[in-house]
Amino acid sequence: MTAPGRTRGARGPRRRTLYPVGSRMTVPVPPAPAAPAPSAAVDRPPAIVVDGISKTFRIPTEQAHTLKERALHPFRRSKVRQMRSLRHVSFHVEPGEFFGVVGRNGSGKSTMLKTLAGIYGVDDGRIFVNGRMSTFIELGVGFNPDLAAFDNVMLNAQMLGLGRAEARRRFDAILEFAELQDFADLKIKNYSSGMLVRLAFAVMIQVDAEILLIDEVLAVGDAAFQQKCFDEFERIRESGATVILVTHDMTAVKRFCDRALLLERGTVVAIGDPEEIGDRYLDMNFSSDARQEVAAEIAADTDDAEDAPALGGPAPGTIIDDTDRHGSGRAEIVDSWVEDGSGRRVEHLPFGSPCTLAMRVTFHDTIEDPLFGISVLTDQGVTVFEPNNLDLPPMGRFAAGETREVRIAFASYLAPGRYHLTPALCRDEAALEWFDRRPKMHSLLVTGTVKTLGTMHPPFTLTVDEATDDATTGPAA
Amino acid sequence: MSTVETVPERPEARDFDAIDRDALGAPIKGPSAMGHDPRRMLGLAWTMATSDFKLKFYGSALGYFWQLARPMMLFGVLLLVFTVVVRLGNDIELYAPTLLLGIVLFTFFGEATGGAVSAMLDRENLVRKIDFPRMAVPLAVVITALFNLALNMVPVIVTLFIMGADVRWTWLEIFPLIAALAVLAIAVAMILSAAYVRFRDVRPIWDVFLQAMFYASGVLVPVQAIQAEFGDRIERIMMMFPFSTILQQARHAMIAPSHPTALDSAGAWWVLVIPVAITLGLLAVGFWYFNREAPRIAERL
Repeated sequence: MTAPGRTRGARGPRRRTLYPVGSRMTVPVPPAPAAPAPSAAVDRPPAIVVDGISKTFRIPTEQAHTLKERALHPFRRSKVRQMRSLRHVSFHVEPGEFFGVVGRNGSGKSTMLKTLAGIYGVDDGRIFVNGRMSTFIELGVGFNPDLAAFDNVMLNAQMLGLGRAEARRRFDAILEFAELQDFADLKIKNYSSGMLVRLAFAVMIQVDAEILLIDEVLAVGDAAFQQKCFDEFERIRESGATVILVTHDMTAVKRFCDRALLLERGTVVAIGDPEEIGDRYLDMNFSSDARQEVAAEIAADTDDAEDAPALGGPAPGTIIDDTDRHGSGRAEIVDSWVEDGSGRRVEHLPFGSPCTLAMRVTFHDTIEDPLFGISVLTDQGVTVFEPNNLDLPPMGRFAAGETREVRIAFASYLAPGRYHLTPALCRDEAALEWFDRRPKMHSLLVTGTVKTLGTMHPPFTLTVDEATDDATTGPAA
Repeated sequence: MSTVETVPERPEARDFDAIDRDALGAPIKGPSAMGHDPRRMLGLAWTMATSDFKLKFYGSALGYFWQLARPMMLFGVLLLVFTVVVRLGNDIELYAPTLLLGIVLFTFFGEATGGAVSAMLDRENLVRKIDFPRMAVPLAVVITALFNLALNMVPVIVTLFIMGADVRWTWLEIFPLIAALAVLAIAVAMILSAAYVRFRDVRPIWDVFLQAMFYASGVLVPVQAIQAEFGDRIERIMMMFPFSTILQQARHAMIAPSHPTALDSAGAWWVLVIPVAITLGLLAVGFWYFNREAPRIAERL
């Protein structure tokens, strides 16, 4: 099911040249190997085959960077933490494909890119590359703002694999492609961002790379800059080059990619349709279940001895920090959670859906008329909502040994974001007595696309009254 | 805009397991020292060196003057000390250019090797972002130092003319001698640049070493003065070190025939085998070590 007018549907037939139509090339450059029809592509070997690669970084916990330290403790093996960034990753990329690699921060995307680019060696497995590859981890690697276009192009082109003479020969073509002929002598620090983008992409395209590795860093910058990068992507994809785009921008993946790969903690979660991968990625971001699945898979891997520390923030639903817990212990909060409208225990809720805060309480003493409450705090620690039974009729007597569940249901208009929940149990007679209070015991993620800076976003109406001469509606005279 | 899905132009992805690995050619390796093509590596090193050189003179009106200022300053002070205060230089024919040549050659060696120490770190943004032959980095430092050496040779020649030295064919000997010195510098640069990535105290160690070398290698006091004072033995030991040997031969060739050749100073040909062996040994060790370290430099930085 494709929406009308979607980019993929509207795309024209692919051309196998490295220039856009209408470019005024003066220096002919040998075209990339021809791929006349898609069906013939099967006969060509894949552009990239990644066959079970693994990469582990050894991070010394005690830095022994100086000879003195070595000399003083010659036999002490410095403690090294193994950080496994890639675990048996396998995939392949077809020639002419626009392939996306997505994953959360710390999932191994950047390591993957750098091993593909040949910057890092791999510990295990093999990478086959069929065709000239050009890496684009940064806009114009080695560009020096104080040098003119010529020197920067020479350096950049040679870095990307051209010989010196070849780079010089193509300089004019590069400038022409970038439409910067009139600015050849200008130091590039005086270039606009758009000119810089064009120059960098022009070099990359003019080195005849058949395979381009592009990092997400290009997506930084303002919207206009991004649009320029995207325009260049469009040009590249039309040129028929194989592109591997590493990103966590799902819009770019859905817009450009033919296929995508989802990485999580260094393993391949899925390879396939970008729409599907995009959804899996969002799932991965907002649900700990999906992450735990991957973690379980990794744990089942016997040759992986590493106890990988959890990456990123704590998963929603886990007890974050229980050191602030306090209370007499006459009654105890044994569990606390969030339920959605259908009574399912959840860690994330879509914006605007009904929400139930729940806790399970065990009484160790006989207690009369206790107060139950669960505060909702923002990530910054501001209390948003503090429902309790202070104004409700007394709850009566609870016997020692009893376990009860408490539920607070409400229509949630919490704005999307992360919230922390503090369940508490107390009694307010002569003096306030805390039985148990567990600050920020667990958290809740509200998902959604509502644009607001507020923490609440209840339904509202907005009206503007009719224009009138009546002085009472105007500012006080 | 078309509302009809066109025939998918993208190739269908084949089955991963069905890919014939043997038809794919060799798997890629990590970054290497030389790359596939040594000529490309040399070209890259040259481009890196020339752009560095351009940057150095960019925006300064008296760029060339500043380039000369440091060695000339040192030269002026030392000349004063050794001709007026100590009067040691007065026994030596054309002491001023003798001293200056020593300073200029030593400055080259110090710049090339001292600059190479942190070269990888200085170019971190390249090393961590692109796969290029790593050898280009230390090589570019040596090439930049060679450019500076060419500039610094001008005052040497000028001083020779002022002091009334004869223009001789042997001046041309300076080219192979500088080439030999460059080989030595490259060998040391390879070792230092790779070692610094692992051990940061290479920097102070090398600074101290260079300083010691400046005084011990005969830059200030030519061998004939040492010979006059201490006899043949010290002179012979000095000729076992590559830099001193090259410097001595350069003085014989450039300054005046009264400066003994390296062979005369060494006393016997076999003594000169030692500096040659040291240079070639360093080159072999440096190449081996740099090659071994090259693939991991990016992740260790």
